[in-house]
Amino acid sequence: MLIRNKPAWELTEADVTPEHLYLNRRKIMAAVGALGTAAFTGACSAQDDAPASAGRSGANADGSLNYAQTDYRVTDGELTAEDAVTGYNNFYEFGTGKSDPARYADAMTTDPWSIEVTGHAGRTGTFSLEDVIDFGALEERIYRLRCVEAWSMVIPWIGVPLASVLNAFEPTSQARYVAFETYLNREEMRGTRFPVLDWPYREGLRIDEAMNPLAFLAVGLYGNRLPNQNGAPVRLVVPWKYGFKSIKSISRISFVENEPPTSWKQSAPREYGFYSNVNPNHDHPRWSQASERVIGAGPFIRRDTEMFNGYGDAVADLYAGMDLSENY
Amino acid sequence: MAERSAFLRAFGKHWLRPLVLLALVLPFVWIAAQWALLLTGQSHGLGFEPVAATHHFLGQTAIRIFLISLAITPFRDLTQWAPIMRVRRRVGLAAFWYALLHLLAYFGADLFFSLPKLWEDVLERTYITFGMAAFALLIPLAVTSFDGMIKRLGPMRWRRLHQLVYIIGPLAVTHHFFAEKGLQPGPLVHMGILAILLGYRLWRFVDARRQRAGAAV
Repeated sequence: MLIRNKPAWELTEADVTPEHLYLNRRKIMAAVGALGTAAFTGACSAQDDAPASAGRSGANADGSLNYAQTDYRVTDGELTAEDAVTGYNNFYEFGTGKSDPARYADAMTTDPWSIEVTGHAGRTGTFSLEDVIDFGALEERIYRLRCVEAWSMVIPWIGVPLASVLNAFEPTSQARYVAFETYLNREEMRGTRFPVLDWPYREGLRIDEAMNPLAFLAVGLYGNRLPNQNGAPVRLVVPWKYGFKSIKSISRISFVENEPPTSWKQSAPREYGFYSNVNPNHDHPRWSQASERVIGAGPFIRRDTEMFNGYGDAVADLYAGMDLSENY
Repeated sequence: MAERSAFLRAFGKHWLRPLVLLALVLPFVWIAAQWALLLTGQSHGLGFEPVAATHHFLGQTAIRIFLISLAITPFRDLTQWAPIMRVRRRVGLAAFWYALLHLLAYFGADLFFSLPKLWEDVLERTYITFGMAAFALLIPLAVTSFDGMIKRLGPMRWRRLHQLVYIIGPLAVTHHFFAEKGLQPGPLVHMGILAILLGYRLWRFVDARRQRAGAAV
């Protein structure tokens, strides 16, 4: 018997976006204007022919972005409300409280923004955000974000595939890993005055993980540019890994030969590994990872956590033959 | 001067105990009100993860009230205002009640009142081991916090027993320290205050012994 397991992001008739969310989308589009053409082409880019320089970083003057819809979407859960996505954050550079980032991240300068690219690549140097991200090729991906603290959200990100950005730097065969660093400015980031972690925040991926089609660089969410507390102006989104792997406000990308040091692993190697794939069978030493609280769904609503956060069809091959309890 | 001390004496006699009781009940009133708002669908102050916020709030309140109870004797020594001692037991007992609520909230909302799961957590998760040890040691102090028990035990044995707070304090702040991710300032502040309060007692103890030794010579 042939059993075909559909990738979690593949749509069926039954998975159509609930009407109130759809109507929400229409509101966003209406705000930009030109609803008719967008509906016709099935794209969300309301002002395809508007000059990209209308706002900062290819955004429209009101901060909204032009983007295409994709089939990458969560089919077993509703979008998390925007005020929760932008009001409940872990961004320790602005404080360890969940509402600290929303309160204090405005102090961060995100325009202009430059990203330093170093290591084993054909093109290295310092690039502006606009050099790195093709704002004409933005797409929306609705991913579930599973935090290592055992909660999850469903978030409509806007950005580009990570592979498209990395390939533009022409990594060499020696680039076996890619390392990322968060911007650090002690004046602007009040949380960095205390050594909660060894700043700047560092993350990394094996190069084949980084090149996986699911890996994404987001510049927006819910139709608009990223708010600072969500990692403006550009952040990683790797939905099959715990949220802390999805490093925010990236200011440095390095192509390296060996596994790069990563902040949480440095801080507590027994609790956080380099891979940090979502794994309900491998508990955090201090709490269970078998289930997760669904943010915004009511105080006692939990869902069972899925292996690789439900993205196993797309990423399990990356770890063939690896003991995921050893390589947590 | 005489007027002022008369006022302080009257205040200590009539107002201190009810005012302290009111202050000790306020955190409970606040959290109960937030849950009432939440459960009736109104805007509340518990954020997007009310259960986690509740654990934090009750645990922090328990530790802070506990630290206040440890600060009462040094406060008396410093100010020579004896009436403050009348509220020491009441403050200590409040720390127990908030610790109990903290434990019940976790036992109910996280473990759905499963004793096997609780036991598993106590064995496997270090910060819960510390927290449960602190709570277990609070129990004998709470049940002996009534006048009748003091009489029955005798003041010397009662005082001996209640020196358990010197163990409970380190257990409780260690529990908090390990419950947080990364090196966070909150638990460190509690640890620092506890170190000062315990250090004061150690200093008093050593000083008293030295004086006794001096008197004996």
